[in-house]
Amino acid sequence: MSAPLLDVQSATIRFGGLTAVCDLNLRIETNELVGLIGPNGAGKTTAFNLISGVYRPTEGRIFLEGSRICQKRPHQLTKLGIARTFQNIRLFGSLSVFDNVRAATQVHRKHGISSALWRGRAFREGEQAVEREVLDLLAIFDLARFRDEEAKSLPYGDQRRLEIVRALATKPKLLLLDEPAAGMNPTEKEELMRLIQFIKDKFHIAILLVEHDMKVVMGICQRIAVLEYGKKIAEGTPDAIQKDPKVIAAYLGTEDEEVTCDA
Amino acid sequence: MMSVFPNGAKRWLLLGMVLAVVVSSFSGAFNRYYLGIIIDVGINIILAVSLNLINGHTGQFSLGHAGFMAVGGYTAAKFSLVCSPMVPESLRPVLFLVALGLGGLLAAIVGLGVGIPTLRLRGDYLAIVTLGFGEIIRVIAQNTEAVGAASGLKGIPKYTTLGWTFALAAVTIYVVAALVNSTYGRGFIAVSDDEVAASSMGINPVRYKVTAFVTGAFFAGVAGGLYAHHKQFLSPTGFDFLKSIDIVVMVILGGMGRTAGVIIAAVLLTLLPEVLRGFAEYRMIIYSLLIVCLMIARPQGLFNISRKKGGAAA
Repeated sequence: MSAPLLDVQSATIRFGGLTAVCDLNLRIETNELVGLIGPNGAGKTTAFNLISGVYRPTEGRIFLEGSRICQKRPHQLTKLGIARTFQNIRLFGSLSVFDNVRAATQVHRKHGISSALWRGRAFREGEQAVEREVLDLLAIFDLARFRDEEAKSLPYGDQRRLEIVRALATKPKLLLLDEPAAGMNPTEKEELMRLIQFIKDKFHIAILLVEHDMKVVMGICQRIAVLEYGKKIAEGTPDAIQKDPKVIAAYLGTEDEEVTCDA
Repeated sequence: MMSVFPNGAKRWLLLGMVLAVVVSSFSGAFNRYYLGIIIDVGINIILAVSLNLINGHTGQFSLGHAGFMAVGGYTAAKFSLVCSPMVPESLRPVLFLVALGLGGLLAAIVGLGVGIPTLRLRGDYLAIVTLGFGEIIRVIAQNTEAVGAASGLKGIPKYTTLGWTFALAAVTIYVVAALVNSTYGRGFIAVSDDEVAASSMGINPVRYKVTAFVTGAFFAGVAGGLYAHHKQFLSPTGFDFLKSIDIVVMVILGGMGRTAGVIIAAVLLTLLPEVLRGFAEYRMIIYSLLIVCLMIARPQGLFNISRKKGGAAA
């Protein structure tokens, strides 16, 4: 039995007196598409930041392919195979579209300062390989025509797409998407769903999707975990989640709750 | 297999160095006053281009370049003063090269010491720490008898020539350009644009910032060595806070992260005070006013054309 790709074991994080995520267990297998949902302030982004190395868990452990990763810094996690996008797009604004993706390919390269200065044949061949790789990626996602544009001058939807391409350029095993549908209209959301599905099939990677939009999550995820007040209250297939009374209560409230609120 | 022959970039470097040496061989024919200014220009190019790697490309804000220049200058000068009587005439160039290398190396080591703790933090800490660092260096120089204390270090041999200066300026430009114009080097600009995003793309921001800082410090040290063997006299007051500001202004005026612009700005801002000598005591007022006007007219830098950079990255 091989270890799961990502294994979060009873991870807890406290900020002072506030427990943002409490005893979270989450497993993601290779090439699986998992959704993480929950009402506002449920701890989704915090959970996301735990996995991507921005925060370290106060308690509990996180494993990637069986090795412990909870003490690693974000750039080390990227090298191990976790890439992410940001809720509020964070591209390298002054770099071109091409260079945004190019900068992300460095993580698996051996050519550092000395070869950049010497510019020998191995270095030049390496740079050419990178260029082909980046152009291929841009072509797949229909961004090649923006190649030399400044990233910040791109339309919103294209910026979102570029951010995903940039993350893919690090050759991840697990891609974390933080609310990719935020600010999109229904047509763009449809496109995004197709895109995420496409990435999963084409690159054979696992995807963890944090998302508000129920339609997007229910439409593409194989499994969904629901957070409320930092605790996981349900996990299962989209169908099961939609019928789960605890989930419905979390999102819509229950009559009991209304009564206690009034009291 | 590494290629033996220089390709594109390296050919330019070679050309620049050869040109500097060839022109230098005729420098006996030049007016000494002009020759001195041309060498000043070369030294300032080294300072501005190396600071541009830190403040421009990598988006940090160092105010300590004069401090590193002082470290390199005093080190190289002291080395030459001690060693030149023991070395035959024919080996003087080697001695000078070693002196400059030592100056650069010590500046880089000091840069590492200042950079590692400071660059872990984000934001303006670097500006404050490097400001303090520059002053500390100056005060140390002022109180150390071995380097002449307040009266300065005199009698430094005149080794700096036009050839040396511009050959080393070519090296500086090459190093900074070759670093930044590579897949590796895009990381410097990525860090400048968004540190959080950079670290999520596998770029270690601290490492990149320290690399830029130490490389910049090294060349500031080399420039200090050239300066010492050009003026033949070092005084602590020459390396005060204002000297750092002068270099920062060259970088900002040239357009942060635009190597060509920064070179032009270094040339202009070195020549400008000389041209303005006719205005005597109004010279620095006019100089300052010009800079203020330029900044209002072109806040993105004088020569920042193709890669515009809007404000500080989040």
